[in-house]
Amino acid sequence: MSQVDLPLVPGDVAEPASGDAALPPKLTAAQRGLERIWATPPGWGRLSSVNHTVLGRRFIVAAFVFFAIGGVLAMLIRAQLASPRSAFVGPDVYNQIFTMHGTVMMFLFAIPMFEGLAIYLLPKMLGARDFAFPRLTALGFWCYLFGGSILIAALVMGVAPDSGWFMYTPLSSNVYSPGINADVWLLGVTFVEISAVAAAVELTVSILKFRAPGMTLAKMPLFAWYILVTAGMMLVGFPPLILGSILLELERAADLPFFDPTRGGDPLLWQHLFWLFGHPEVYIIFLPAAGILTTMIPVLARREILGYSWIVVAITALGFLSFGLWVHHMFTVGIPHLAQSFFSAASVLVAIPTGVQIFLWLGTLMAGRPRMSVPMLFVVGFFLIFVCGGLTGVMLAIVPFDWQAHDTHFVVAHLHYVLVGGFVFPMLAAAYYYLPHVTGREPLYGVGKLAFWLIFLGFNATFLVMHLTGLLGMPRRWAVVPEGYGWDWPNLVSSIGGFVMTAGFALFAADVLFQIRFGRRSKPDPWGAETLEWATAIPPRPYAFAAIPAVSSRTPLRDRPDLGAALERGEGYLAEPRHGWQETLVVGIADGRPEHIAVLPRPTFLPLLTALAIGAFVLSLLFKLYWLSPVALLLVTGLLLAWSGQAGQRQDHGPLSAGMGLALPLHAEVERPATWWGMLFLLVADATLFASLMFGGLFLWLVAPGWPGPAPLDLPWTPTVGLLVSALAAALLGRAALIAVPRSTRLAAALLVAAALAHALAAGCAILIAATAVPTPTLHAHMAVSVAVLGYVALHGAIGAVLAGLGAWRCLAGYVSAKRSADLRTGALWHGYTAAATLLALGFLVGLGRLAPLRELAVP
Amino acid sequence: MLAGSSAIFLFVSALLALALLKPGLGANVPPKRWLVWGGLAFPGVVLSALLVFALATGERLLPHPGTQAYTVEALPEQWLWRFRYPGGGESVGTLHIPAGQPVDVRVIGTDVIHSFWVPRLGGKIDAIPGHVNTIRLTADRPGSYGGVCSEFCGTGHTGMIFTALAHEAEGFEAALAAVLSGEAPR
Repeated sequence: MSQVDLPLVPGDVAEPASGDAALPPKLTAAQRGLERIWATPPGWGRLSSVNHTVLGRRFIVAAFVFFAIGGVLAMLIRAQLASPRSAFVGPDVYNQIFTMHGTVMMFLFAIPMFEGLAIYLLPKMLGARDFAFPRLTALGFWCYLFGGSILIAALVMGVAPDSGWFMYTPLSSNVYSPGINADVWLLGVTFVEISAVAAAVELTVSILKFRAPGMTLAKMPLFAWYILVTAGMMLVGFPPLILGSILLELERAADLPFFDPTRGGDPLLWQHLFWLFGHPEVYIIFLPAAGILTTMIPVLARREILGYSWIVVAITALGFLSFGLWVHHMFTVGIPHLAQSFFSAASVLVAIPTGVQIFLWLGTLMAGRPRMSVPMLFVVGFFLIFVCGGLTGVMLAIVPFDWQAHDTHFVVAHLHYVLVGGFVFPMLAAAYYYLPHVTGREPLYGVGKLAFWLIFLGFNATFLVMHLTGLLGMPRRWAVVPEGYGWDWPNLVSSIGGFVMTAGFALFAADVLFQIRFGRRSKPDPWGAETLEWATAIPPRPYAFAAIPAVSSRTPLRDRPDLGAALERGEGYLAEPRHGWQETLVVGIADGRPEHIAVLPRPTFLPLLTALAIGAFVLSLLFKLYWLSPVALLLVTGLLLAWSGQAGQRQDHGPLSAGMGLALPLHAEVERPATWWGMLFLLVADATLFASLMFGGLFLWLVAPGWPGPAPLDLPWTPTVGLLVSALAAALLGRAALIAVPRSTRLAAALLVAAALAHALAAGCAILIAATAVPTPTLHAHMAVSVAVLGYVALHGAIGAVLAGLGAWRCLAGYVSAKRSADLRTGALWHGYTAAATLLALGFLVGLGRLAPLRELAVP
Repeated sequence: MLAGSSAIFLFVSALLALALLKPGLGANVPPKRWLVWGGLAFPGVVLSALLVFALATGERLLPHPGTQAYTVEALPEQWLWRFRYPGGGESVGTLHIPAGQPVDVRVIGTDVIHSFWVPRLGGKIDAIPGHVNTIRLTADRPGSYGGVCSEFCGTGHTGMIFTALAHEAEGFEAALAAVLSGEAPR
């Protein structure tokens, strides 16, 4: 990608959609050049966009559309429960409605919404022109959109999931949910989760590496810290759910009994995997919202945030704590009381880092001079509602209280106080706060205030009284309200409140549309904020910064109020466009010293096509067209390989000018470019998935009825040794290729071909072991787990073979040289991980086989 | 907990109101004071006290092997409640228990997950296929107590209710025998 053909930008300069006369001053020649390089093509070309501003907006709009769908479902629930013995819909439809309400709000609204906000804002806050992996952002968006569409299409066709958003098995097993409904959930949500994992890798690498020079970790805006912790949590929080979904789908489709208690499985394993994800999920949703509050509160209070470093410590603690308390969703499943008390203590402990944040925000507000505005109104709404939700959360963490309140409407009230208070209100505040940034238009506040009061009062009317409904004993998920228990009037009040709240949201949507259409041009930094995102033009240009600033404090705009104008004039790094490259700076993780220049990929349809191919794979599984699945999978592999052709350099450039007298190498010529870091964090998520699988095996061994299984597992000698040797050989050959590169790229290519063959051999051995040692995996969970572990190993061997082959091709095609060896280093990470995982897997299989008969000793 | 929570809520609301109505009031409060008192000390003390109280209460409610209790089995299935008594007799939809003494209900998982709950007599416990969980109830006086399935279990979830009927302890065995033999209404 040394020279790229530049498409002409229509009208030479891509104007923002409206074509307003009062645009910022004429663009400089450099800016026009940047515009041409970074612009998303018009027409159908829009589908090829990889730009963070464009994709961030699309994520936010799509999430809001799904929010509206989820809201309509909520209204149907409230219509059903408004009066006793309502025959609005039958229980079969009602079950679909509440299952989809939860699923849509959690997976299709909350997570994509903050992803969108982070994607839109973070590069601008950090002083980068885009994220590390723009095409991955686009792939994530399409996977999210297609996965979500599958779920909504199922809803429209009346075959939506109906086993609850938590999908407890055996209710969701093929015995008790024989239809397609549960498959829609398992496959659709997993499809969407691809985007969550992609976003987690993207955000982690970008926050750590893609910042303005001088922005050390300690000078990052707090929002970046919040998202960094969130992304880290996503890397280890989502794999258990993905694994659980895969295992349950395998049980439904191939009868592998992971959760079937009659064959050594255990329904409790699903609950552990689900809540191991599900509880951190609550903090994954709350932390970004808290991050945006921490961004807005000091600006609105006109006072710097109190306790920057304490907040960092508090949210890091929260991130770790949140993985130690999933069992509080399971206080009634019969876990020993002392163990429950441990999780209860861990649960209430979360109140401490949360309390630290709340009081530091209050302190900031009290120390400053807050001005009343619509964002501030929503911040106040957040405080009042979220604190209530936190307090009822502590109540529910108290074991004996939970035995009473669990699965009643009290919990429904609590979780809405937490999620609406802790997420929706901050998002609404952020919407009004950042609207001028997105649209470049001045906010108008008359309607916003009315919307706030409708939402705030409607919310409390709905959910405050719902605490009472729950304490009066009404269980969750009842399709009708029976008469004579005193449950009728609180339900009616809730329903009325719900409709008031909906009116508020409708007004909000109308208000936003009106402001986009009719608002007046805003001045550059309407709130007087001091962070970098307000140094861009508003609405932002596709390249975000005409020049990349140097940063020396947490408040660059206070240091230099005219920074935005200076950057427009090109006073900064990388101000001169060249070669049609999308360039941005990459810095050292801790010290923020510029390290190299990253050349980012330009708009391409590959992410869209790849997502379509993945969609075909998902649909083939959904409709049980298994002959199509391998075809789709080959297509996905082929398309992903095509991504590689657009990345990298075919010649050595040496240090290039980055402006301001600085010369830096290109990303292809450094030891650890973003791809290396991306692979590392992807492997963290991958290892978590593998660890969850092994946890599952050990859990079943210890807890499930019907162990040990019918016959002990014997690993056949020849293929086992073959697997071990070839996996290790692949890792060593991958390393050797890296060492060989300076001498000869042809030798390196040959070594990589050998590595690919070794990987393929390892995958073959793993399949052979599974076929000979576990002929009937449907017999017992021990067999099923063994096959899953061997399948994991085989899959990694197969991917390793493809990656090694790709490395060999890149050596021969000129992408690799003595200086440009990072590709092979990134591949070596995979080869090394695969060898380690294979070793661990074999140890696990042998160990589980030896342990199986010993369970009597562990469980008297 | 309600009173404590209300007090905390009012305290936080008051701080927020002060921040908005009297700007600059907290300008001289050192940040560390917010952290140490608001963020650490205050929740630390409240939560420790609450946890000790909770552990003690939980222990009091649980079945302990030492104490004598009348034991019945509950076998919920989609969508009805079946109860089995020590002699092997069964009833459907009504659980007969003696009043004034502890009763251990062994809740046995059958098809999908259900949850046994008689709100006025105690907490709830799940019926998980492959597992048996025990919950201890005590009805202080004879009477009829409503019971529900509190874990979502499919289309019949709403209707999956039962009645716990507490009889006088003295005549309990006779009353149960009469019910099980069909002489008295179930």
